Amino acid sequence: MLMGRAPQDTPAGIWAYLFLSVSALFAAFPLYWMFVIATSTDEATAQLPPVVIPGDRFLVNLDEVFSLQDVYFAASLVNSVIVATVVTASVLFFCSLAGFAFAKLRFRGSRALLLFVILTLTVPNQLGVVALYIVMGKLGWNGTLLAVIVPGMVTAFGVFYMRQFIVNSVPDELVESARVDGATTMRVYWNIVLPAVRPALAVLGLLTFVATWNDFQWPLITLNGTDYPTSMVAISDLASGNYVIYRRVLAGAFVATVPLLIMLVIGGRQIVRGIMEGAVKS
Amino acid sequence: MATTRAAPEPTTRRPPPTRSRRLTWRDRLHRFDVRYVPYLLIAPFFLLFFVFGLFPMVFNGVVALRHWRLDDPELTGWAGFENFGRLFTDGDFGNALYNTFGIFLLSTVPQLLLALVIASMLNRRLRGQTWWRVSALLPYITPITASTLVFNVFFSRDLGMANWALGLLGVGTETPIDWRADKLHSWIAIATMVNWKWIGYNALLYLAAMQSIPRDVYEASALDGAGPWRQLWRITVPMIRPVVIFTVVLSTIGGLQLFTEPMLFDLNAQTARGGAGGEWQTVAQLIYKVGWKDLNLGYAAAMSWALFLIILVVAALNTMLTNRLSGGRR
Repeated sequence: MLMGRAPQDTPAGIWAYLFLSVSALFAAFPLYWMFVIATSTDEATAQLPPVVIPGDRFLVNLDEVFSLQDVYFAASLVNSVIVATVVTASVLFFCSLAGFAFAKLRFRGSRALLLFVILTLTVPNQLGVVALYIVMGKLGWNGTLLAVIVPGMVTAFGVFYMRQFIVNSVPDELVESARVDGATTMRVYWNIVLPAVRPALAVLGLLTFVATWNDFQWPLITLNGTDYPTSMVAISDLASGNYVIYRRVLAGAFVATVPLLIMLVIGGRQIVRGIMEGAVKS
Repeated sequence: MATTRAAPEPTTRRPPPTRSRRLTWRDRLHRFDVRYVPYLLIAPFFLLFFVFGLFPMVFNGVVALRHWRLDDPELTGWAGFENFGRLFTDGDFGNALYNTFGIFLLSTVPQLLLALVIASMLNRRLRGQTWWRVSALLPYITPITASTLVFNVFFSRDLGMANWALGLLGVGTETPIDWRADKLHSWIAIATMVNWKWIGYNALLYLAAMQSIPRDVYEASALDGAGPWRQLWRITVPMIRPVVIFTVVLSTIGGLQLFTEPMLFDLNAQTARGGAGGEWQTVAQLIYKVGWKDLNLGYAAAMSWALFLIILVVAALNTMLTNRLSGGRR
């Protein structure tokens, strides 16, 4: 190892590869094992040393989950798709609009308002759940998907993230010349801003979808015991009771994880970039 | 900050009287577009934040000062500080606070240290760079509900892989560890889940910061003959201090609100008791139990406020502590 060289220029040694491989194995193993149990019989899951090869009973186990009467597992997957898709689409639209306004438009109080947005990033708003439940009760939304969709439709993180991206990626001259040609604000947004921010939309969309799909506490509070659970609430329902059948529960859990695995395979690069960019900006 | 200069306002010049009607209409439209449309674009965020973010936070304080039960709507009225006062004598709250801090310590410290080490490895010149980074995010995208259930099988007393592996090492071969029987073991199990979930994510945050350290900082250190390990602690960590503090604050906020893992670690999850004797019941879990199982929203709201204040204080303390430890003395 040469001294005084930046780590980026130092080739990783055998130990680094070994350490990273072991870490990756630990990261992947629970997911792999979830699949193993989801495809096994009760006997196979009750063996020591543990079985580490997938069985062939996945469809049987899955069929059992889907046919459970009071859990609505199939419906819960549909609900999760609806919630995550609507929230993601809405976050992309409203956050890119607001980000555009903060980045490229001049209006009184814009600096103070942007500071306010940044400050709200630090508020742990999960702590308002009791009052949020009462508010939703007044609106008559508890137990409906509206209760989990509407509060997430535009986020402070999204506004800030889009604003940072637009400041650097949309040239002022382009906006100005479009203005001189008589383009309205919305036309500038549609014709100039939107095409330029596609990469940022991909990142924000993936992060939002994952977070919304995985959300548990608030959906549990407002949707538990109703006919419209999200898949996370349904899974917790499957895992509750005096005797939990894990091959069945984990078959359900695996199905609810697959959409996210697909996203990681397709958009892993973007998700990594989004998280790393967020770190540098903070 | 770059801002666009709006096109000059046409209203200032007087158009010829014959065409005034048409121009006025267009002028008005233009003026509306320039002056008010920006506010319309940012309005959705502020509207939603006020209704579903700020208002509930404030209203929570009102609820905490009142009698508010879901099973007895007749019982209303001001309670004064009764709900808050009860916190000081409530053994359940004390126990939940103790558990929350225990799990928090067992998860945050190893989590951030391991993330640092992994980030420093990822920061080397590496084959398959993207592949390693993406694989670090596998736990991050996995739903906590799903992973917690896998860990439940892993930590089962009689047939769990954890006890089996410990048995191979000669630990607990006579009486297998019952991971749900006492505080320490249940805390370790839950902390393991939290660590698994967040190490890779934090490693990427650190990696991002490490890559923005200028190369000449390292080149200058050649004079000291700093090896990779000393390089990490002496140069890299102090240089990425802002991000280290950021992750400490993030894990403080997240860790003190821990909910999903302790909920589902219980074999009878929906009771929200966190073990037969509340061995691992966290504050967030107790808030849920008091509010939606005991149906006492007033008391749950007071508890939320208490937790909020505790998070503020601990986040501030941790920021100061991290600042010192990661080289703030310079």
